[in-house]
Amino acid sequence: MTVPDQVLDCRGQRCPLPVIALAKHLPHLPVGAVLRVLADDPAAANDIAAWCRMREQELLGPTQPHVHDVLRRH
Amino acid sequence: MSQEAYFDAAAAAPWHPVARQALLAALDDGWADPAKLYAAARRAAQLLDAAREAVAATLRVRADEVSFTSSGTTAAHAAVLGGLAGRAGAGATLVHSAVEHSAVLHAAGRHAAGGGAAVPVAVDRVGRIDLDAWRAAVTGPDVALAALLSASHEVGTVQPVAPAAAACAAAGVPLFVDAAQSVGRIPVPAGWSILSASAHKWGGPPGVGVLVVRKGTRWSSPYPPDEREMGRAPGAPGLPAIVAAAAALRAAEDEAAAQAARLAPLVDRIRATIAARVPDVEVVGDPVDRLPHLVTFSCLYVDGEALLHELDRRGFAVSSGSSCTSSTLRPSHVLEAMGVLSHGNVRVSLHRETTEDQVDRFLAELPDVVATLRAEAGMPR
Repeated sequence: MTVPDQVLDCRGQRCPLPVIALAKHLPHLPVGAVLRVLADDPAAANDIAAWCRMREQELLGPTQPHVHDVLRRH
Repeated sequence: MSQEAYFDAAAAAPWHPVARQALLAALDDGWADPAKLYAAARRAAQLLDAAREAVAATLRVRADEVSFTSSGTTAAHAAVLGGLAGRAGAGATLVHSAVEHSAVLHAAGRHAAGGGAAVPVAVDRVGRIDLDAWRAAVTGPDVALAALLSASHEVGTVQPVAPAAAACAAAGVPLFVDAAQSVGRIPVPAGWSILSASAHKWGGPPGVGVLVVRKGTRWSSPYPPDEREMGRAPGAPGLPAIVAAAAALRAAEDEAAAQAARLAPLVDRIRATIAARVPDVEVVGDPVDRLPHLVTFSCLYVDGEALLHELDRRGFAVSSGSSCTSSTLRPSHVLEAMGVLSHGNVRVSLHRETTEDQVDRFLAELPDVVATLRAEAGMPR
């Protein structure tokens, strides 16, 4: 079970706020760190995955619902 | 303030001038019950028969295979539920693409709620079904019916209907094609057993759908019995609107190649310009094998509802697949199935009255709209 380096609690926030939070915070972590985004917006899972693909960052395997772990690759 | 540029033809196209004329002309004779024996009824019946013949000729089917329904949605519902009911002896499984129109998915959901099974077939990044997965699904046990739309109403990608139909034929499974976005625009591929379409997509009136069931296809009405429309669509047919729909279809079909040639380069321009001038945008769907008039793109970090409001304020009518713009607050199942960005989504669909100037104005203003919304959200650019 991954232990994240930082957790952003974006539960209750509507799209695109969770993705904006992810985009703002990930650059402040070192390469190799894991940022956990808690988000329950119905689009969050899809859009966080899309952001990772567009930005070439890594979305780690599914953990629990509403939990999205992003590993900073570069 | 300029006139509104209407870019939502995929939802409803403005009246084709021929449709308006035909509607008015049909009012005098189009009110009586066409099924009765007296003179007024016979005049109404002539109008209905002529409309049916015209639609049948355009779709290259027999007139008695064509029924008029109250909408494209009810045509799709009847196609699915009637197709499944007709084949209940053969199985209880519906195979369908993951990107069908919600009317098809809701019918599938009704079928599943009643104890049947619905098997979705995944699509690739541009929204096209995986043909190997399709073949595997339709050759599975217990398959009663398969459903594949001809082209995506959300992203424009054309589906491989011909090979999908061949796979169905080999498996002995009837294929239903929701052709709403193709009829009157691009050729509808052969191989289907059931077809649905929607008049207001081609510039006909709202409230008219078309259901085609080929002879020999097992189809059993999901409704209480009613003799009208070959037993496929209950209730009095909306006759003046049907006449208008048939006239508009004939006109749209005549103009289809010319309109496609005119609109496709405008969509190419939109695709290229958005990708070049808006940072962090995903322009989705197949860039080539697509409907000529439609394009969808998603802008990172932008609230879809705010985007639609600002575009409306500036005189652009577009739609969106973003969850915040949907009454269900779920993102578009099509965008999700494709794994593309769903927020900040705009769908642009052009029509016969769209001008180059309107498109140019949209392209001139959109980057600024996106930049402003991003700045308000505290995102750079």
